Amino acid sequence: MSGAGPREAIFPTRMNLTVTKGRMKGAQTGHSLLAKKRDALTQRFRQILKKVDEAKRLMGRVLQLASFSLAEVTYTAGDIGYQVQESVRKASYTVKAKQENVSGVVLPAFEGVRSKDASDFAMTGLSRGGQQIQKCRDTYVKAVGTLVELASLQTAFTILDEVIRATNRRVNAIEHVIIPKLDNTIKYINSELDEMDREEFFRLKKVQGKKKRDAEKANEVRKKQKEKEEDEGEEGGEKDSRDEGLKGGAEGGADMLGEKDEDVIF
Amino acid sequence: MSSQVNLKDRNLLAVIGDEDSITGLLLAGIGHVDQHQKKNFLIVDSKTQTSVIESAFQEFTERKDIAILLINQHVADKIRPSVDKYQAAFPALLEIPSKEHPYDPSKDSVLKRVQKLRGD
Repeated sequence: MSGAGPREAIFPTRMNLTVTKGRMKGAQTGHSLLAKKRDALTQRFRQILKKVDEAKRLMGRVLQLASFSLAEVTYTAGDIGYQVQESVRKASYTVKAKQENVSGVVLPAFEGVRSKDASDFAMTGLSRGGQQIQKCRDTYVKAVGTLVELASLQTAFTILDEVIRATNRRVNAIEHVIIPKLDNTIKYINSELDEMDREEFFRLKKVQGKKKRDAEKANEVRKKQKEKEEDEGEEGGEKDSRDEGLKGGAEGGADMLGEKDEDVIF
Repeated sequence: MSSQVNLKDRNLLAVIGDEDSITGLLLAGIGHVDQHQKKNFLIVDSKTQTSVIESAFQEFTERKDIAILLINQHVADKIRPSVDKYQAAFPALLEIPSKEHPYDPSKDSVLKRVQKLRGD
């Protein structure tokens, strides 16, 4: 019986069967599309995963280099930390977000932008160590470039992770909930329709049987009537009768209408 | 996605770290002070309270103009629960090594996830 498992609450009609079959087809198409999307995303995800791993390690080395060059600066120009912090006005190194599309998922990609008038620290280290400061600055700009690249990878990683999870959830929901439910519904409708068919068949059979019986009865009655008529005809011809004991025959049957009973009132 | 709308506005980098890291990054030109005299960096030394770091972290992650948040790994260790809990895509959170503390990939919250995913 199709009662096992959940199904949609609809009437088992032929139209609903068509509708449900259509939905089933839709669910199957959706399932295969989503599975494809998931595969594409996962493939991309693996690539990014590898890159993130590499970039993180690279970043460690790059920043070590940068710290070293800053140490050189401190050695020649003294501690410039305070000076640098106080002269901060406006960011000259900014990032711009680009968008990349991976099967319908928008992945942001950052791009470092260095404005042309980057002369915030022109006066820093004017007396001594200016060259080191310039070098250090370039090193750090490069380091920040690496960081920005890593950040865009990481963002892509986070977003992809989320999207893959959502897609997986959908794929599984369709595979394990929606499709079985529709399947059950179709089975239910089919069995119910079959049941109705059988009932209808049985009913028709019954009707037919009844009609047959009626016809037979009618036939019998007619036959009897005929026989009777024939009998009567025969009796009319022949004086001899078989059931005289019952006052049948010519004198009984023929005279029955003619003679009058006193006690019967019509 | 709602993040798409304000993606164009996010163009700053923010830093939480020790003085040397910040000096270097500021030299590269990422420093920004806005109209309300709010800086996009926080200098952490041995005397800085954890609550200060925590609130700066919250502020930077909630600001709409920051695309990338850099944080020194040893600072991140102090507020590790918040960092590990942080899962949003924007701003991107990056743990960077500092001069005195070499980079330890096993502590990085993102790298931990990466390794978990690569492992299985």
